[in-house]
Amino acid sequence: MHPLLRMTVQRLAFGLLTLFAISLFIFLAIELLPGDLTEEILGQSATPETVAAFRRELGLDQPAHLRYLDWLGGALTGDFGTSLANGREIGELLAARFGNTLFLAAYAAAISVPLALFLGLLAALYRGSWFDRFVNVATLSSISFPEYFVAYILLLFLSVKWGLFPSIADFGSGADLGTMLYRTFLPALTLVLVVTAHMMRMTRAAIINLLAQPYIEMARLKGASPARVILRHALPNALSPIINVVALNLAYLITGVVIVEVVFVFPGLGQLMVDSVAKRDIPVVQAACLIFAGIYILLNLAADLLAIATNPRLMHGK
Amino acid sequence: MTLTDIKTAPPTALFGIAVIALYILVALFAPLIAPFGETEIVGMEFEPWSGAYPLGTDNLGRDVVSRLIWGTRNSLGIALATTVLAFGAGAGLGLLAAVTGGWIDQLLSRLVDMLIAIPALLFALLLLSIYGTGIVNLVIVIAVIEATRVFRLARAVAMDVVVMDYVEAARLRGEGLGWLMRREILPNAAAPLIAEFGLRFCFVFLAISALSFLGLGIQPPTADLGSMVRDNAALITFGDITPLLPAAAIALLTVAINFVVDWVLHRASGLKD
Repeated sequence: MHPLLRMTVQRLAFGLLTLFAISLFIFLAIELLPGDLTEEILGQSATPETVAAFRRELGLDQPAHLRYLDWLGGALTGDFGTSLANGREIGELLAARFGNTLFLAAYAAAISVPLALFLGLLAALYRGSWFDRFVNVATLSSISFPEYFVAYILLLFLSVKWGLFPSIADFGSGADLGTMLYRTFLPALTLVLVVTAHMMRMTRAAIINLLAQPYIEMARLKGASPARVILRHALPNALSPIINVVALNLAYLITGVVIVEVVFVFPGLGQLMVDSVAKRDIPVVQAACLIFAGIYILLNLAADLLAIATNPRLMHGK
Repeated sequence: MTLTDIKTAPPTALFGIAVIALYILVALFAPLIAPFGETEIVGMEFEPWSGAYPLGTDNLGRDVVSRLIWGTRNSLGIALATTVLAFGAGAGLGLLAAVTGGWIDQLLSRLVDMLIAIPALLFALLLLSIYGTGIVNLVIVIAVIEATRVFRLARAVAMDVVVMDYVEAARLRGEGLGWLMRREILPNAAAPLIAEFGLRFCFVFLAISALSFLGLGIQPPTADLGSMVRDNAALITFGDITPLLPAAAIALLTVAINFVVDWVLHRASGLKD
């Protein structure tokens, strides 16, 4: 078998195994409760009849392994059961919000990834200059800022003081792309500021690591321009660490949206999850967790495969 | 780290050290510094900045300056307790896995692999929804999450030490497991673990304040920097910067710690760029 194909299959199998383990964990976390969900939700004063009815409704009278298989089978076909808080279908509840969250994350990624790579390259190229030092301090600071701090600063200036963008990012249904991009600009910008710094630092570090290699010195000695050394000689070999950090940050975007969504009242999956945690609507939290974890694993898998595909050395096998 | 080291530190690290010292002083002496009590209602809601209340009052009419001071003390204390717990568990199990090897190592490592594959925030939200919110649950949940990260590092560092001759010698002269972990491995694995402690503290501090900001962490009426942002967020829409102050206090401390850790790691790695 071609080594690339074998590696792909291996990674895919490993990803599936991880997802399976996570689904098991998400499901079993409830089993560790002393007593069960019924007592937690209905309280001590519930009559035995209501407890029994509630247990039957949730299927808690079945043994755990049967419930797990039932839950997993349902999840695979998009049926997550019903919400405890309002009795609605969880699948329906998630579908619309999931689209919104993906939109916001993709919006932020489309800006931040090229920006981070560009700034990282510049910082590596002009290492030790004032630009590099400024970028170093600025990115180190923005990494340590809580997301809501960045979000509220942007909100204060761009929305409240100067009135450029709306402070609430809800665009309703049927808005065209331009309106959607405009209304979600502030949350997207917040995410861009948070993830760009990390990606940029890693890009810079990956390139600088390579610049110490003998073949780079060779390229310099034969008279190649600094830009050519970085773009043609260093960058191709720095691609796989860069791809990894980009994927890591995209995965972060998917989960990091939670706080940004709350600040800007954006109707996404993250806000639904926070509301559900507060209401202890556990089936909704479990379903959202499973979806987030699935995307997270998928992104890491994609990064692995891309890193292999862009690194000729890995394709030859041992 | 000695005084001469500090003299050669770059300005960012000096700034970091000064800020950290200031926060520690505020946290320790909060009862002496704070003009009002933690939950004392002293005036009307949302009073503007004035002589009596330098930063105004919050959504329930409590003095913002006092809340900031008490909040710093609470947030720092809870974050520190969580980090210590995470380090005790993570580093202890990491060293144990490295020293004993075999099935204990396999079991712990695979368990940690699985837990790390779940994004931290999701993990926290899931557990908090099941076990309910509250300071004790919050501390345990965050400590478990961070312990998995500490475990990885501690195990990796200890693995390099375990193969040394002096460890073998200690094993041969019949020292017990506790001695091996405490007297042979730990002193030689301490440096990277200490730098990691600073970084982990930042993560814990940010995670707890983020959850408090979401209303799922430290519950009222306890003062806490994250929930202060949430409580007063409405003021932002009137162009008032008061709600930004607790967020800025969080940011300032994490920036300061990062500057110091950056410098320590830089020195330890011997890099010149």
